[in-house]
Formats: sequence, C-alpha cells, structure tokens
Amino acid sequence: MLTCSRVTKTFGTVEALQDVSLAVAEGERVALLGHNGAGKSTLMKTVLGLIPATLGEIRVAGAAPGERAAREATAYLPENAAFHPALTGREQLAVYLRLRGEPASKAGALLERVGLEQAADRRIGTYSKGMRQRVGLAQALIGRPRLMVLDEPTSGLDPVSRREFYDILDDLAREGAAILLSSHALTEVEARTDRIAILSRGRLVANDTLAALRRAAGLPIHIQVAARPDTVGDVARRLDGTRVNGVRVDLTCTHDDKLSRLGQIAGLGGMIEDVEVIPPSLEDLYTHFSRRTDQ
Amino acid sequence: MTRIMAGAGSEVRIAMRNRWVAIAVAMMALFALVLSAAGSAPTGEIGADKLSVTVASLTSLAVYLVPLLALLMSFDAVAGEVERGTLPLILTYPVSRGEILAGKFLAHLAVLGIALVAGYGVAALAAFAFDPGAAAGLPALVRLLLSSLVLGAAFLGVGYAVSAVSRRPGAAAGAAIGLWLVFVVLYDLGLLAAVVADGGGDFTTHVFPWLLLANPADAFRLYNLAASEAAGVAAGVAGAAQTIPPALALSSLLVWSTGGFALALVAFRRVRP
Repeated sequence: MLTCSRVTKTFGTVEALQDVSLAVAEGERVALLGHNGAGKSTLMKTVLGLIPATLGEIRVAGAAPGERAAREATAYLPENAAFHPALTGREQLAVYLRLRGEPASKAGALLERVGLEQAADRRIGTYSKGMRQRVGLAQALIGRPRLMVLDEPTSGLDPVSRREFYDILDDLAREGAAILLSSHALTEVEARTDRIAILSRGRLVANDTLAALRRAAGLPIHIQVAARPDTVGDVARRLDGTRVNGVRVDLTCTHDDKLSRLGQIAGLGGMIEDVEVIPPSLEDLYTHFSRRTDQ
Repeated sequence: MTRIMAGAGSEVRIAMRNRWVAIAVAMMALFALVLSAAGSAPTGEIGADKLSVTVASLTSLAVYLVPLLALLMSFDAVAGEVERGTLPLILTYPVSRGEILAGKFLAHLAVLGIALVAGYGVAALAAFAFDPGAAAGLPALVRLLLSSLVLGAAFLGVGYAVSAVSRRPGAAAGAAIGLWLVFVVLYDLGLLAAVVADGGGDFTTHVFPWLLLANPADAFRLYNLAASEAAGVAAGVAGAAQTIPPALALSSLLVWSTGGFALALVAFRRVRP
C-alpha cells in the first residue's frame, strides 16, 4: 500500500531523511519510532505529499504522494490535531465528510465511534486536548482509508482511551488498512503493532518485528529469581547471580543461554519461590538501535 | 463543486459565529442610514430623483467600506489556518488549493453581499419614503450593488494573497490595513498632489485618467459616477469620469477581481505546511 524507496529529504544543508526505504502492506500496523527531530514527521509529510522528497520514490496506493488517487486512499491524523474553534464537532466532521464525497449525516456515527456523541454539538473551542484528538481520529476514519498515517495519535489520551484507540486500529487493520503510526509510548506500540521501524538522525536503523529486533540486538535477558530469606544466599551462589535484596537474585544471560539457565533454576526445586524472565524491553532495543548510529 | 461548497458552507458558518455577518451588516446599514439622513435635504435644483442622489453618496461610502470589509474578512484566510495548524490536515484531503480558496471566496462574497443588500436596501427605502419618483434611480442602485461585489471580490483576492504571503495573522492584518490605506486614501492623495503640481498639463490630461483606472477603488468610483445621471452631485473625480468610458472602468474592476484571486492562488500554492 505504501512503499518508500531510498527517500532522502534535505532542508538546506540539513539531511532530515537519508536513504529511507520502508514499506507498509495492507493490514499491517507499523510503528515508527525515533527521538524528537529524528525525521518521523518529515517522513510522514513526504508520504502525504505535503512536502516533496529530494531524492527517492514514494508510492501510495500506486500513485505519487499528493496525487488525488493517493489523497483519496490516505487518512492523516496530525500531531496535535487542530480544528476551527467556532465549529462544533459534528459540523467539522460534516465538512471533512463532504470533502471526501460522503454524506454529512455520517458525522454522528463517527463521533459515536470515538466516544464523542455527548459533545457532538458543542464547539470544538470548548474541547479538551484528548477530545480534539478524538475528532482527529474520527476524521481519519472517514471512508475506509486504505493507508492511515498517524502522527503521535495517542498523545493527550488517557489509558482507557488509548486502549479504545488501538481497538479501532485493530478493526481497521483487519479490514485491510495499512497503518503507519509514530509514538513515544513504547509499551503500547510493543503490544499493538506488527512491525517496528526506528529512525535515528534521518536514517532507518531498524525495521522488523519485535522478536527479530530482539534477536538482532542480542541484548541480555534478565531473569529474576525469588528465593526465601533462608535460601537466598545459597541460590545466589549456585546460580552465580546478584543478590538484590533479602529474597531476590538477579541474573542476566544471552538469548541462546536462556533455556539452560532456566533449567539450572528449575533444578533448585524447593529453594526458590518464583522465577520471572524479562526480555529486553522496547526501550532497551530503541536505545540500542538509536545509539548505534550515534557512534 | 461539492468540495467548494463544503468549504464555503463552513466558512459562512464561521463568519456567523465570529459575528462577522452581524458586524458587516450593522456597519453597512448604519453608514447608509447616516448618509440618507444627511442627504435628505431638498435637492430640487439638481433635478435628479432621490434614489440617484442616494446612489451617488453610497458610491463614496462603498469606496471606503467595501475594501475594508473585504480585507478584514480575508486577511485571516490562509494565515489563520497556518497559525491554528489546520492547514496540513486539509491539504491531505482530496481537494485542491484552488478549491479551498474558492470555498472561502464564495463564502466571504456571500457575507459581503448580505451586508451590501442590507445597507443599500436601508438607503433605498429611505429614498423611496421621501421621493415617490425614486424608482428612476433603481438601475443605478443595481449597478452599484453589482459593481460593489466586484470591488469586494478584488479586495478579497488581494487579502488572501496578503494572508498567504504573511503566514501570521498579526502580520497579515497589519499588511491588510496598510493596503487599504494605500488603495483608498494615499493613492488618491498622491494623484491629487500630482494634478495640482502639474497645473493642467500632459499628466492631468493623459496619464491621470489611466492611473485612476489602475486602482480598483477609483475604477469603481469612476464606473458608478460615469454611469450615473447624478454624477454632477458628486464633484471631485467627476471631471475625470467624463473622459473615461464606464466599460473601461468596469473592465479594470473585473481584471482586478480575477487577477486578485489568481495572485492569491499563486501565493497560497507557495505556502508549505
């Protein structure tokens, strides 16, 4: 649905994007991660045709970005979605519906889907940031978009709204929409996307599933063993781990050693109470991949 | 067309919410009433009907108010969208920049039309109340109304161009007021000074009429005074008005209104969200 081939974007002497190749297939949810200024918004804006790429090619639903066919297939949720404060939520959505050739009467159903039916006839000027973000999501749902570009979609949303938001995204992906979203909230991205792309200083430094990124990074896995106060010293010695407090022993191991280590731990039998395996978090991976380019 | 109308509909709604419709109507009606009251003294010696006289004074009023209203409504059009951050989203919709601008243009022209009908209507009613023969002035009134819309269209276009170039509503507002001063006040003052200094030479007879034509506000005045039988009641540019055919003045207005929109579109296309 979306393919970016070797896209480079320069602003003057600053290379905002360097040789970025990224594709998003139908029904795929791809998270775009990166520091502020890493080029996430720039990449999104080039995909949307708002700014032209300096080099490289982008195809959106078979068309060039900004062409009518591409715009008709694409929905966009900008970071900090803004609307005219004098219009009500329903009126604003009615405008967007008509611009996409849909009847204005669908506004009510869309607002209901994002949980704004109570505020539909209040002016957007009175909305909270989270409510404006929901209006933004509602307009992005118009007319079954085939590609959704979502820039920090969950900023300003409370945890419950975030879950509802990802539920809606799941529905859309099931219906075949390709979704490219950027986020700072790594934990939610971890659970609710299919692939992760990491931008660092305009370069794509990672682009794979979470499991594959973990393997590639080879970061240590943490194992927390809970023992009893009378056995903790013995456990720490036998496992060659670090005693953290009166009952807990921490170990680290590589991905390949994980099973043998677990076997060792299981061999201790009654000496331990519990064991927890903590794979490298997305934060760890993110730091690992972002830092690699800095050197 | 649906897309243009979608934009126009929301712009009219916004203009109503922002009290722009109310302000424009009140302003036009108030000034028209004041003019009618001031012009209600007997004018028997001129021999024109009351409405024609009213149209002549409304022309002088419109030269100031129509550009002002048009610029006040248009300066925020692009700069406001940039400031609010609403522009990037709308530009990802399957709608061209021309269609976006056309929607705003139609809406603002409609608001201006409502204000003009209200203002001129009040003045016309007052004229009819004092003079049963005022119907003779109706063609002049219709001409005034239509040419006022064309004048408004010209300044709407100029206002959008200023808005797109400035990118900030504050700067756009300042530039719009400056343009109004130049077009409506300073331009005429400058010409007047030049004519006085020239003392009836080549400049006054050959260059001056063309310079008048070049300014949409002056072209508007020329058109309405030249076309009006009551031109005599409004002195000033009346002398020049006789030497320029009304059709030429009207063409200048039309060129300005289409040129203004084209200029706005060029400026808007250069705005990078």
